[in-house]
Order: sequence, then structure tokens, then C-alpha cells
Amino acid sequence: MAILETQNLMKDFGGFVATNNVSLQLIEGERHAIIGPNGAGKTTFFNLITGHLTPSSGKVIFEGKDITGMVPHKVVRLGLARSFQRINIYPRMTVFENVQVALIARDHNHFKLFSLGEPHNRQDTKDLLELVGLDTEALEIAGELSYGKQKQLELAIALAENPRVLLLDEPTAGMSPQETDEAIELVDRITKERGLTLLFTEHDMSVVFGISDRISVLHHGEIIASGLPDDVRNDPEVRRVYLGESLDGEGH
Amino acid sequence: MLACLIVLIALVALPMSGDLHAMDVTVEIMILALFALSLNTLIGYSGNVSFGHAAYFAIGGYTNAILLTTYHVPLLIAMPVAILFAMVASMFVAWFCTRLTDIYFAMLTLAFSMLVWAILFKWREMTNGDDGFVGIAMPAFLDDRVPLYYFTLAVVTASIGLLWLICHSAFGKVLVAVRENRTRAGFVGVDTRRMRWTAFVIAGTFGGIAGSLYALFKSGMYVENAFWTQSAQALIMTLLGGMYSFFGPAIGAATLHLLEILTNRYTEYWPTVLGGILLVILLFLPDGMVGLAQKIQSRFSRNGGAN
Ligand SMILES: Nc1ncnc2c1ncn2[C@@H]1O[C@H](COP(=O)(O)OP(=O)(O)OP(=O)(O)O)[C@@H](O)[C@H]1O
Ligand SMILES: [Mg+2]
Repeated sequence: MAILETQNLMKDFGGFVATNNVSLQLIEGERHAIIGPNGAGKTTFFNLITGHLTPSSGKVIFEGKDITGMVPHKVVRLGLARSFQRINIYPRMTVFENVQVALIARDHNHFKLFSLGEPHNRQDTKDLLELVGLDTEALEIAGELSYGKQKQLELAIALAENPRVLLLDEPTAGMSPQETDEAIELVDRITKERGLTLLFTEHDMSVVFGISDRISVLHHGEIIASGLPDDVRNDPEVRRVYLGESLDGEGH
Repeated sequence: MLACLIVLIALVALPMSGDLHAMDVTVEIMILALFALSLNTLIGYSGNVSFGHAAYFAIGGYTNAILLTTYHVPLLIAMPVAILFAMVASMFVAWFCTRLTDIYFAMLTLAFSMLVWAILFKWREMTNGDDGFVGIAMPAFLDDRVPLYYFTLAVVTASIGLLWLICHSAFGKVLVAVRENRTRAGFVGVDTRRMRWTAFVIAGTFGGIAGSLYALFKSGMYVENAFWTQSAQALIMTLLGGMYSFFGPAIGAATLHLLEILTNRYTEYWPTVLGGILLVILLFLPDGMVGLAQKIQSRFSRNGGAN
């Protein structure tokens, strides 16, 4: 059964159509990659699903419920969390606080005016930081971490929301090869353990073909192919778009 | 913590010196400090600059004054009602202002405060217009300097204690996150508009407390108390002390008020001096006096470590 579905989704930026008639069904528990060249509309597609942008037309359905145009904080509450391609954290707060705030919000404690903030969710914050490998950096200022570490924090914040569907927009962009391996291994393990549905975009083809159950290819805002990794790899249209590039996921 | 205790003990002990002038100055500083701290919930903690905070000060003050004097309501009812009025007014204004952000937010707070000013100015029968509402019927137990001093001290201490708790609560922590990155906070499930609304109402309510104390202290209220210059003064106090530290604005309030008294003793050019102070803050003290102190302290401890 589809846990998340888009129906004829369109986004028109004043004449420029960034998302064009995208209909996609995400099956519960699958890992689904969205690939496509720069500017294909991958991030826009994520923004439409999570309420960051309002579609020009079309629908977003989550667990049978129409969530088109719903504001982000409500979408998150339904169990749909995301990370951002461009680092989106609280740069002047500590790493610890970055995660702690997400956990306070998850537990609906952010309107507790008279309950000291410091002790809230201490243990789960520590656990989560340990999980993503940021425990030694807990007290550092988030904006001063290396780019790769900030990406890891980005992931930790998304996981803190305890989602059912995880949307990761280029989770490894800017990471070192070693950090990439660790991050992907982590995503792989957590999605399995928690039975999460994963929708992600990624430029690194070895990552894409390494963990995806299905792949959809966006080009100029349209889905030109969608299916099992092998089918997508051999699709002539996809080959044409990725002219000359290796789609074999090897040699990395 | 220790510093707070020392200040509190000094404040409790002050009336024993019998220096009435010093007591008057201190009462005014305590009220201004509470006013600046209330504003900082909005500015420092939520990151929304208000140019119209005097509105809630004035509503609290005028309501208290009018209830006590015109309607002979006892203080124990008049003051809570005055605070409630300030709170309800800020709830209403916040509902509009939090639809906007940044400069548009700031301008709308200014517009509402000018509206409050205009009402106080025009509603002569009730407020006595620009002649000021003078000669408050003071409750018997406050009809002397010393009791009034201790009453102010008690209310201000309790209010600051509550504000401290709010700013350091789970709410306060998430509020800072909203200030730092509103988009991200929204994506972890925080209704950022409601957070900003709540911060606004807290600021307005405690601003109302400061105003209602001010009416008792001055035994009157004046339309100038609702004017934008009063809002600007609180803003300058906050910036001078440092908006990223809880007690910064209180330090700013004390410093600015003492400077004003000192300047007025020698010249008539307080506004000019004030302009100079503002210039210095903006150019050299971006994080206020507290920020400067922290910088000096960290430099010293770094040197200490190196030697
Ligand atoms: N807010 C906006 N206003 C106007 N145009 C936009 C806006 N956001 C995105 N676009 C345009 O839409 C197109 C798709 O952008 P998008 O960021 O979704 O691509 P992408 O597939 O994520 O690219 P990348 O691989 O570089 O991350 C681009 O041409 C971009 O310039
Ligand atoms: Mg993108």
C-alpha cells in the first residue's frame, strides 16, 4: 500500500515549471531514490511534499489523507520528516541543543513555560548523538563543525522527529568518502530497524544503486522513468539524459 | 547567581540608609529594568524587534491609575486587572504582528503603539489627555516611600524570577531555536507563529506589570509613557546591556538611567548624549556591556592559560 503519494503534482514559478505532472507512489517500507541532473526539480519536489512550497496544482496524499498545502509543522507531526540539501540547522546553538530542541518539540513540551529546559530529553539526545557519531562534539557550536559533520547533524535532527517516512535531500553531499559510507550505513540500518520508508535524492550513483529498492528519474520536472534499479539503469531515455555518465554505480 | 543575591541584599538594605533620593532612583531603575527585561523576551529570545512596547507599559499604568482613582477599586484588584488588560491587548496585537516578520513586524508594533497613544491622548474624560492623569488615590498601606519601595522590590523580584524561569524553560529553549532558524524549527514540528505570539504576550504582560508599578511610583501616568520614545528607550537599554544575556537589559536600564540623571545635572542635552550612546553601542558594542565583559573575561582566561 502507498504510504505517500503525489497525484499530478505541478509547480509553476511564474512561468517556469519546476515540477511537471509528477505522480509517484511510495510503498510502505521501501527505499526510493529520486535522481536527476542539477536543476531537475528534486528539491522542489521535496519542498512540495513537506509543505515548504504550495503546489500550483495536484495533490499530496499521506496515508490516505490529503495533505496538499498543509504547513510544515503539521506535516512533520504526521510522521514525515526531512533533511535539507543546504545545511539547515541552528548554527549558533550547540550540537546538543540542536537535537534536544527537536526532541522537546517531538514530545510536545515546547509550550511548557515553567519547566526548566536544560534537563529535558537529556538521555535521548545523548543516545541520538551517539547513534550518528556526534557524541564527542555535543558541546561544540553547531556552525563551527566541519561541513560533513553538519550534514550528520542535519540527519540527527530529522531522525529526532521519530518519523515514519524520512525524506533526505542529498544526505551525503559534501561529506568525505568515509563520512559518506558511515552515513549511508547508518541510514540503511535505521530504516531497517525502525521500518521506515525512505525517499532520498543523491548524486553519488554507488549510494543510489547500493541501497534503493526503486528509483525514479526526474528530468526538467518530469518523471521519465521509475522502477527497479536494473530497469532504470538500462532505460534508453535515462541513458540519454545521463549522457556519458556512468550509471553503473561502480568505480567509486 | 551570587551576583543576583548580592544585588538583592543591597536592595533590601538600601532603605535603612534613609537616603530618600537614592530610594526613588532605585525604584525607577527597578521598574525600568523589569520593563527592559520584558521586552527582551521578545527581542533577545524570540528575535522579533518591537518598536511599540510602551503601549503595554501605558495600558498597565493607566488602567491601574484609573481603577484606583476614578473607580476607587482596591489595589489588590486594580493591579491584576491592569496587568490583565495589558495581556489581552498584547494578545490582540500579537495576533496581527506575528503574521509578519522582521521590519514589517517592527513597524506594525509601532503602529499599534501609536494607536494606543492616540486613544490616551484623545480620551480626555477618562485619561485627562495631554495634561496627564495625576494624583492617584494611593492605597493606605503604600502611602509612604518605604512601603512603596518594598512593594516595588517584591513585585519586580517575583516578576524577574518568573521571566527567568520562562526564558530558561523548555519553551525558552525552543524559542531561541525559532530565533536562530525559523524554517528549521517549523520542520521539527514547532508552530513558530504560536511561539512568537506567546513570547509577545509574555513581553506585553510583564511590560504591563512594570507600567502599573510606574503609575504608583509617579502617582500618575502621562501620554509620553505611551509614546514611541518610551519604546525606544527600552530598546536602547536592552541593546546597551546586551540582548543575548538574561540580565543584560537590567544592567542596561540601570546604566542608562544613572547616565541620564548625571547628564541632566550638567547639561540639557540628554537626547544628544543618548544619540552618542546609541552610536557607541551599534559601532563598538554589538552584544552590549555583558558581551563586552564576556569578551574581556575570555581574553584574560586565555592569556592566563598561555602564561
Ligand atoms: N523559489 C524558486 N523560484 C524560482 N525558481 C526556482 C525556485 N526554486 C527552484 N527553482 C528552479 O527550479 C528548478 C529546479 O530546482 P531544484 O532545486 O528543485 O533542482 P534539484 O533537482 O534539486 O537540483 P540540484 O541537483 O542542483 O539540487 C531550478 O531551475 C531552479 O532554478
Ligand atoms: Mg536539490
